[in-house]
Amino acid sequence: MYTFSNKLKTFSFILMILGALGIGYGFMTSHKSLEDVKIMLTEEASHGGGHGEAAHGEAKDTHPEKAVHNNEHYAETADAHHGDAHAEHVMHQIHNRPWSALYVAAFFFMMIALGVLAFYAVQFASQAGWSPVLFRVMEGITAYLLPGALIVLAIAFFAGKHIFIWMDPEVVAHDELIQGKAGWLNKGWFVVRGLIFIAGWFAYRQFSRKFSIAQDNANDNSNFKKSFRISAAFLVFFLYSESIMSWDWIMSVDPHWFSTLFGWYVFASMFVSGITVISLITIYLKSKGYLEFVNANHLHDVAKFMFAISIFWTYLWFSQFMLIWYSNIPEEVTYFITRIEDYKLPFFGMVVMNFLFPVLMLMNADYKRIPWFIVMTGVIILAGHYIDIFNMIMPATVGDRWFIGIPEIASVLLFAGLFIFVVFTALTKAPLLAKGNPLIKESEDFHY
Amino acid sequence: MEASKVIHAIYTDDDVLMSAVKKVKAERYHIEEIYTPFPVHGLDKAMGLEPTRIAITAFVYGLIGLTVAITMMNFIMIEDWPQNIGGKPSFSYIENMPAFVPIMFELTVFFAAHLMVITFYLRSRMWPFKSAENPDPRTTDDHFLMEISVNGNENELESLLKETGAAEINLIDKAH
Repeated sequence: MYTFSNKLKTFSFILMILGALGIGYGFMTSHKSLEDVKIMLTEEASHGGGHGEAAHGEAKDTHPEKAVHNNEHYAETADAHHGDAHAEHVMHQIHNRPWSALYVAAFFFMMIALGVLAFYAVQFASQAGWSPVLFRVMEGITAYLLPGALIVLAIAFFAGKHIFIWMDPEVVAHDELIQGKAGWLNKGWFVVRGLIFIAGWFAYRQFSRKFSIAQDNANDNSNFKKSFRISAAFLVFFLYSESIMSWDWIMSVDPHWFSTLFGWYVFASMFVSGITVISLITIYLKSKGYLEFVNANHLHDVAKFMFAISIFWTYLWFSQFMLIWYSNIPEEVTYFITRIEDYKLPFFGMVVMNFLFPVLMLMNADYKRIPWFIVMTGVIILAGHYIDIFNMIMPATVGDRWFIGIPEIASVLLFAGLFIFVVFTALTKAPLLAKGNPLIKESEDFHY
Repeated sequence: MEASKVIHAIYTDDDVLMSAVKKVKAERYHIEEIYTPFPVHGLDKAMGLEPTRIAITAFVYGLIGLTVAITMMNFIMIEDWPQNIGGKPSFSYIENMPAFVPIMFELTVFFAAHLMVITFYLRSRMWPFKSAENPDPRTTDDHFLMEISVNGNENELESLLKETGAAEINLIDKAH
């Protein structure tokens, strides 16, 4: 049995407290009035846009090309003079930032738990022989799913128009496209759908966990068989619900834009993040002297999954990007134009972190068996997928006023603390070896 | 020209073969070659063969394929006959790169795969119309054959091989 060390427990509380403080600070400082924003904008224009304001006054008429090139400054300075519209827009973006930061971090940790749950179900449905020694680690991680998913839904509900523009009746009243989607995108149905998905995931998690523990001391394989059946059923439910969840919880922040493989794309992100966390927690527990039955062969297989799903993620990222880039249809391509113009570093940086880095680091078979190598690569992969979610939400809510500063980091700390607390508490609840699993012998003797 | 003798021990099960290999190696006999109908996992390690370097060649071939793809597409689509790609006539390779990524990927895989197979054939000294080196056709069906060189110790060796569960033991004169 695993005991949650006081050191780690204290660490998780420190993370949560630091996170809560930082988030509080984020909300306090974002409370800017329209007047403050106007002052801020004029200040920005007078020094940040030094070439902006001075050069633009004349450039406006005589050099239309130049004005287009410096579109951003042009718009900023012009609006500051002409009216409140731009200042108001910027004020909303500043207000949205702590909400979005909270939402991105909450979603990121929820998605780890959900990805692990899907991975767990795949292991059962395929009756994989190598992985049963890791089942208790996976079950521990999925314990975070229920609180995590409820928090995401709650933030979405309370943030409302700060994240989801279609939750603002003012906007909908002037937007025919959103009006057309109102049958799907309305707050009541959004929450009901979310609750249905969470209930389905949670039900599978609870039953599979129950069967897994019951199997420990069972005389026959009936619990294992039940687990097999519900895993197959869950995977069907999961693929539909995950897809719809990703439209609801992420894609609808840009309610005009849509991508048909978005669900898959988010799935790849959650799958690889989940698998990475399995390997990190396994290595941590092993370093503390638990999981003596896990060896380099199991680690090797988990690392292979990290490698493979990183490539799978890139494949989907690129498929989505290339089709939209190639066809160049304004209503679609605007999504990537925003990201490439305002989010160049995180947008291309995440491809390096999520693709190039894991591919080069984990290509060699020997490296997949070295714990510190997996930890190093895993941390980069996780950071990369946080940025992936960041890139999905932030451009729609804060536009070019993004920064990974106190609100973002504090949100990550808060949910990291909560995640560690929930997961490691769950790990103490059952023996770390699912000894009754009929495939456990094969898994213990597994040899790559 | 000296005639050397070898022993051919034949097994009918890969697990028996594996344990036999370990025993024979432990007794410090030199295993010349093993013929099996299918790849036996872990056999190379048990025999003490050097790790393969085919992975390194595959990586290099992949890089060559990538370079060929980039050079080729740059010549065809940008330099020789500049194309308007996706309504974006920038005539720059880097700006049109997304359109070339599938080709870059495919040629990387193509070069890595084909050159790796060809390297493997060359390294194993195989070419079309070559007669098989296989000493016993049954090793292409359901038998495993271990070839051990003999230096006047055939009796001890034979008894050892019998112990390991060999189905058949033959002393063969191998003309050099």
